[in-house]
Amino acid sequence: MSLLEVKNLTVEFQTASGPFRAVDGVSLKVDEGEVLAIVGESGSGKSVSMLAAMGLLPWTAKVTADVLTFNGRDMRTMSDAERRKIIGKDIAMIFQEPIASLNPCFTVGYQIEEVLRIHTDLSRRARRERAIELFQSVGIPNPEERLGHFPHQMSGGQCQRVMIATALACNPKLLIADEPTTALDVTIQKQILDLLMKLQAEHGMGLIIITHDMGVVAETADRVIVQYKGRQIEEADVLSLFSAPKSVYTKALLAALPENATGERLPTITEKLTDAEIFAGAMR
Amino acid sequence: MFRFIFGRLAVLIPTFLGVSIIAFSFIRLLPGDPVMLMSGERVMSPERHTQIMHQLGLDRPMYVQYFDYLTGLLTGDFGSSIVTKRPVLDDFLQLFPATLELALCAIIVAMVLGIPAGVFAAVKRGTWFDQSIMGVALVGYSMPIFWWGLLLIIFFSGYLGWTPVSGRISAMYFFPPVTGFMLIDSLLSGQTGAFKSAATYLILPTVVLSTIPLAVIARQTRSAMLEVLGEDYVRTARAKGLSPFRVIGVHALRNAMIPVITTIGLQVGVLLAGAILTESIFSWPGIGKWMVDSVFKRDYAVVQGGLMLIAGVIMIVNLVVDLLYGWINPRIRH
Repeated sequence: MSLLEVKNLTVEFQTASGPFRAVDGVSLKVDEGEVLAIVGESGSGKSVSMLAAMGLLPWTAKVTADVLTFNGRDMRTMSDAERRKIIGKDIAMIFQEPIASLNPCFTVGYQIEEVLRIHTDLSRRARRERAIELFQSVGIPNPEERLGHFPHQMSGGQCQRVMIATALACNPKLLIADEPTTALDVTIQKQILDLLMKLQAEHGMGLIIITHDMGVVAETADRVIVQYKGRQIEEADVLSLFSAPKSVYTKALLAALPENATGERLPTITEKLTDAEIFAGAMR
Repeated sequence: MFRFIFGRLAVLIPTFLGVSIIAFSFIRLLPGDPVMLMSGERVMSPERHTQIMHQLGLDRPMYVQYFDYLTGLLTGDFGSSIVTKRPVLDDFLQLFPATLELALCAIIVAMVLGIPAGVFAAVKRGTWFDQSIMGVALVGYSMPIFWWGLLLIIFFSGYLGWTPVSGRISAMYFFPPVTGFMLIDSLLSGQTGAFKSAATYLILPTVVLSTIPLAVIARQTRSAMLEVLGEDYVRTARAKGLSPFRVIGVHALRNAMIPVITTIGLQVGVLLAGAILTESIFSWPGIGKWMVDSVFKRDYAVVQGGLMLIAGVIMIVNLVVDLLYGWINPRIRH
């Protein structure tokens, strides 16, 4: 049994100019201890599909799926209250903009202890100790002092560490990292990725990394899903994706990487391929 | 923090001077003078008029009168009423609790109804609920207070007979003022029915005075909430598995309150200005009515003293709002 299983997930938004399909028939599986990368350009529906799976989309979104289970439980038929017992506890998520993702009006200590208060029976003192322990495990120095700080008093990298600590507070089975390093400096990106991989290995949890950075994929993932305009283009294990990409889109995507550049100008995807060609070459 | 408070206090000095000049000069721009109005219907001889003007010191050059007034202010002397001869400060302190009671009730009603209305409208954005709340708020905001007050009196007091027309408490009850707040004093007096009477007298003025602040607070809360609900940290709060109540009522509202607090602070000025109309409509014995009466009598000392004191109250409230702002918004504090 997979930890998270999604089949034929579709998300539509009601807009002024009619319904807009942001995710179209996406299917995926993640097991415990596995790292799955979802890669694609902006607007390829990577984040939306994961937010849909967690039930975090606004009410204007219409979500349908043939299968949507977590740990064998059907998330489609679950009540909101039941779902809230799972998300934040068994499925946790971290986001792209760490500073904006933390509430500016509360100390980071309050924000991490809040998760423990909602999902565990720990006493106030035990929650405090657990928060200190979590801060230590994500590499925040002086955790006792740092717990009393507000997000604006910390750097982006520190805030992302706080987000990771908060996500790990209840030992989740699955962590979804939505572009966890995009907003950070290159040196910090590396530190955060290393931290995520270390914690993933320690906890043995499933990890879904949403990214547009092929370097991140190569460094972290076991399996990769490539998405384009809401549709799944290719799914492969990481070695075969880089060595022998099947779809024309993935080939073009890899050719567009700066490190593969040969001429003066980087090749772009859209000047070579039309949407019809991309979707025709996709595995469906 | 002390530097912040000290800085704010330092700004009060030029503001105070400005208000004193405006208060002093504007009442003198009105045609007529207190002596002429004191004589009423009777005709006063020009000699007698000049004599009284001289006695009151009103025939001196304007700047002499102003500096005389200003030195008085610096020693805490707000002057005495030309009509009643009573010190302005004494009258103010006696009447202000009535205004404060009304203003407090009005702002509490405005906040208790306005903030939840704004929050619900934002959460249910675009629905008939949102549109009706915002529609009602717009009507409330545009309503002329004196007309609205009269409508309520005609309907609730005249037609239904539910509420009294004017005053603070029924003439059946009498007790010496302790706090000056009728609701509290009526309870302290121990007279049965006194509190209920005081409360029924308070309802209509409170409704009238709270209408505009209520509309403003509801609209401001809605727009602040709409902005905050789209923020990343609200998504984080939901991703933690928090209940909608906690997400909206704690994470979103705390941030949305930052602009709302400012608005509430600004409404205090509106409340005191509105009190002038409301108190006149309901014969509420507060500073609003006192000021209006003094303007009609050209009681210079009362108008300028009263304006200074009201300005002082508004400045203190704004200072408190600034401090509160720092408390609710840690980005200012640290």
